[in-house]
Amino acid sequence: MTGASNHDMPPANITPKQRMEISRREMPQREASERNRDFLEVNLGLTEKMAIWEAKRCLQCKKAPCIEGCPVGIDIPGFIELITEKKFLEAAALIRRDNNLPAVTGRVCPQETQCEIRCVRCKSDTPVAIGWLERFVADYEMAHRAGRVKLQREKTGKKVACVGSGPASITCGGELAKMGYDVTIFEAFHKPGGVLVYGIPEFRLPNRIVEDEIKTLTAMGVKIETNVIIGRTLTIEQLLHDPAENFDAVFIANGAGLPTFMNIPGENLKGVYSANEYLTRANLMGAYDPDSETPILYGKYVCVIGGGNTALDAVRTSKRMGAQDSYIIYRRGREQMPARIEEVAHAEEEGIKFDFLTAPVEVLGDKEGWVKAIKCIRMELGEPDQSGRRRPVPVEGSEFIIDCDMVIVAVGVNANPLLTQATPDLKLNKWGYIETDENLQTSLSGVFAGGDIVLGAATVILAMGQGKQAAKSIDNYLKEK
Amino acid sequence: MYEIIDKQTLSNGVTQYEIKAPRIAAARKCGQFVIVRAFDHSERIPLTIADVNRAKGSITLIVQTVGKSTSEMTCLEAGQFFQDVAGPMGHSSEIKKYGTVVVIGGGLGTAVVYPQAVALREASNKIISVIGARNKDLLILQELLGSISEKLILTTDDGSAGMKGLVTDALRNLIDDPQVGVDAIYCSGPVIMMKAVSEVSKPLNIPTVVSLNPIMVDGTGMCGGCRVTIDGETRFACVDGPEFDGHKVNYDELMDRQTTYQEQEKKQYDKYGHKHSCKCRKQKLIDNKDMQI
Repeated sequence: MTGASNHDMPPANITPKQRMEISRREMPQREASERNRDFLEVNLGLTEKMAIWEAKRCLQCKKAPCIEGCPVGIDIPGFIELITEKKFLEAAALIRRDNNLPAVTGRVCPQETQCEIRCVRCKSDTPVAIGWLERFVADYEMAHRAGRVKLQREKTGKKVACVGSGPASITCGGELAKMGYDVTIFEAFHKPGGVLVYGIPEFRLPNRIVEDEIKTLTAMGVKIETNVIIGRTLTIEQLLHDPAENFDAVFIANGAGLPTFMNIPGENLKGVYSANEYLTRANLMGAYDPDSETPILYGKYVCVIGGGNTALDAVRTSKRMGAQDSYIIYRRGREQMPARIEEVAHAEEEGIKFDFLTAPVEVLGDKEGWVKAIKCIRMELGEPDQSGRRRPVPVEGSEFIIDCDMVIVAVGVNANPLLTQATPDLKLNKWGYIETDENLQTSLSGVFAGGDIVLGAATVILAMGQGKQAAKSIDNYLKEK
Repeated sequence: MYEIIDKQTLSNGVTQYEIKAPRIAAARKCGQFVIVRAFDHSERIPLTIADVNRAKGSITLIVQTVGKSTSEMTCLEAGQFFQDVAGPMGHSSEIKKYGTVVVIGGGLGTAVVYPQAVALREASNKIISVIGARNKDLLILQELLGSISEKLILTTDDGSAGMKGLVTDALRNLIDDPQVGVDAIYCSGPVIMMKAVSEVSKPLNIPTVVSLNPIMVDGTGMCGGCRVTIDGETRFACVDGPEFDGHKVNYDELMDRQTTYQEQEKKQYDKYGHKHSCKCRKQKLIDNKDMQI
C-alpha cells in the first residue's frame, strides 16, 4: 500500500498492518521560484483523497499520546477517524470543541514538536500529518459549511473583558462565550487578530483565514472593540469598577510588545527596521501591495538578524518584496535555530541565504544616513548556557563585512509596559511580564492573564492553551463570586 | 467610526477638527496624542490632541496637509466620519510650577504647545508665547494662545507678521531682557527649530521640554519605528515620550530618520494629485521643511 495513489480511495476497513504500510502524503506546495515573488500561500493544502489516505495512517491508539502534546487537547484520533469516514464537517466540529482557530493552528502550529513528535508511528516511520489534516478539515469547513454555529447556551448574565485580540484572547473569549458569558474583546489596533494579522505574513497565514475565524467568534456573540488601548483609553480599574464598563472579570492578553534592539552602533540608520515594524507595515498596513498608503522600504540586499520564526517571516517577506539577496544572520548554528523546520526548509527553497555562527557588530551607513553594509563577527559554540544551548563565543579577529541596504532586527521582544505601568498593583516578574498563579490568576482579584505577556515571546498555540485555561479559571472564579 | 462634529480652516493647509470620541476625551491628559486613519485604506497618522471637551465627549485635532493621507483626510467634512481614532497615547506632559515659561510653537507645533501652555498656566506659571512660521498665512492659534499668555510674540521668516526672524531670535531677546527671567521652555515644531532652541537654552541651563513627532506606526511601543536617541540611549517616542529633555535629544539623527519615506511620499502625492479633484487639492502643498515636526 506504500505507493497507494492519491487517485484511488483506500479500502474502508483496513488492518493496522495495512495502515502502517501507507506512506505519509506530501503537502502540495507552490514552486519556490514562483512563490518567492508573490504573497500567495506556499502550502496548497491536501486534497480530499490525500486527506483520507493520510487519515488512514492513524493507528487510532487508545492512549493517544498525540493529545498530550496538544496545548489545547484536541481529540486528534477522533477527528482523524471522522476524516476516514468522509465526515469532514463533523471532524471540524470536533476540533472546534477544543480549538477556536483550526484554520490558523493547522497552518502555524509547530506540530513537529507537539502532537506529531508523540505519534507512535515515529518509532519506525514518519508521524501522521496531524497539522495538515487539521488544516484540511478547517478549510473544508470554511468552504462547505451551511452557516456558523449559533450558541444555544443559557446566558450567565456576567461580563468578561479580554484585552488584546490575538490567539489567547480569541480562544479565551470563544470559550467563555460557549459557557454563556457576555464577552468583549478590546483591541488597540484598527483591526482584530493581533499577531495573526500584524505579524504572520500572508504567504503563511492569509488574512482572509483570520477574518473568517473572527467572524465565527462574533457570530458566537463575542463583541470586538477596536482602537481601545487598555492602560490608556481605559484602565483595568475602569473595566472592573466604572459603571459604564462594569465587567465581572478581565483577561489580559495584550502580547509581548517592544522590539529588542542589539545596542550596536548604526542601529538607527535609515533602512534598519525591527521585524515588528517591517512585518506590521507589510502585513497589517498592507504595504506588500505597492499601492498601499503606508510606505515601506524596498531592500535589494537584506540582512535579517535572528533565527526564530519572526526572522524567517521577515526574510521571506523581503525576498517577495523584490530583494535580490536576503540573508539570515544567526549567532548559533542551524540546529539551534528556534524557527520551525518547515519554515527553514521553505526559506532555503526560496533562495534565502543563511550565515550561521555569525553576529552583527555594527551597521555601517553612507553620508546620507542610509544603511550600506553590516559588519559581523564569526562565532563558535562554547559551553551550554542557561537555556541548555551552547553559548556562542566570538572568534577574535574574524570580523567581515556584508554589503546590504536593509537590516531587519528580529532578536526578540521586551514586555510592553503600557498596560502594566497604568496598573500599579499588578505584580510583574523581573522582566516586566505579568506574574500569575497556576490558574493564570494575577495579583489582582478578578484579573487573569495569558499569552506572551505572561510567557514572553511564545507560540500561537501556547497562547491559545493559556486562553483556554484562563477561560476555565474565570468560569470557576465567577461561579464562586 | 468617529464623527466629525466641527471643521474649521485655521490657515492655508491647516484644518481643525472636533471629533466625537468620548472615551479618549475622558482619558486624555495634556501632551497626549491619537493615531488616526481617515479611511479604511489610510495609513496611521499620529496627531496631538489639541483640546478636549468632556461634556461633549469630543477631542480637537489639528491637521496640516502635507501629503496624500493628510490631503484626503481634509476632504472630510462635519457630519462625516474618521474611520479610526485610537488613543490617548504617550505620557502626559510633566507640568509643574517654574515661574516664567516661554512656550514656543513652530508651524503645526503650535497645536502641540497650546495645551501645554494651558496646563502650565493652570499650574500658576506666567506664560510668554512665541509662534513662528515662514509667513503670516501659516501662523495658527495666535488668538487662543494670546488669550492665556502675558505676552505673545510672532515671528515670520519674511516679516509679514510680527518680528522678522526666527523663534530663537525672539527667545534670545527674552533671555537677555532682565525684566523677564526665563525659568523654563516648552517647545514643539520642526526638528531643526527644536534643535536651535535647545542650543540657545542648554548653555544657560534653562530646562527645555520638546515634544517629538517621529515616524510611527502603532503608537503602542510595538514597532520601534519612532525610536530616538536620548542621552545616548534608544527610547521609543510613543511609550517613553513624546516629550523629552530638549538638551538630551540627538536631533541630527531624528532629522535624518524623518526623511526615510520622503521620496515615496512625494511620488504617492504626485500620483494622487492626478486622479483627485476635490477642493482640498486646491490647497497649496506646504513645503516639507515646515512640516517636519
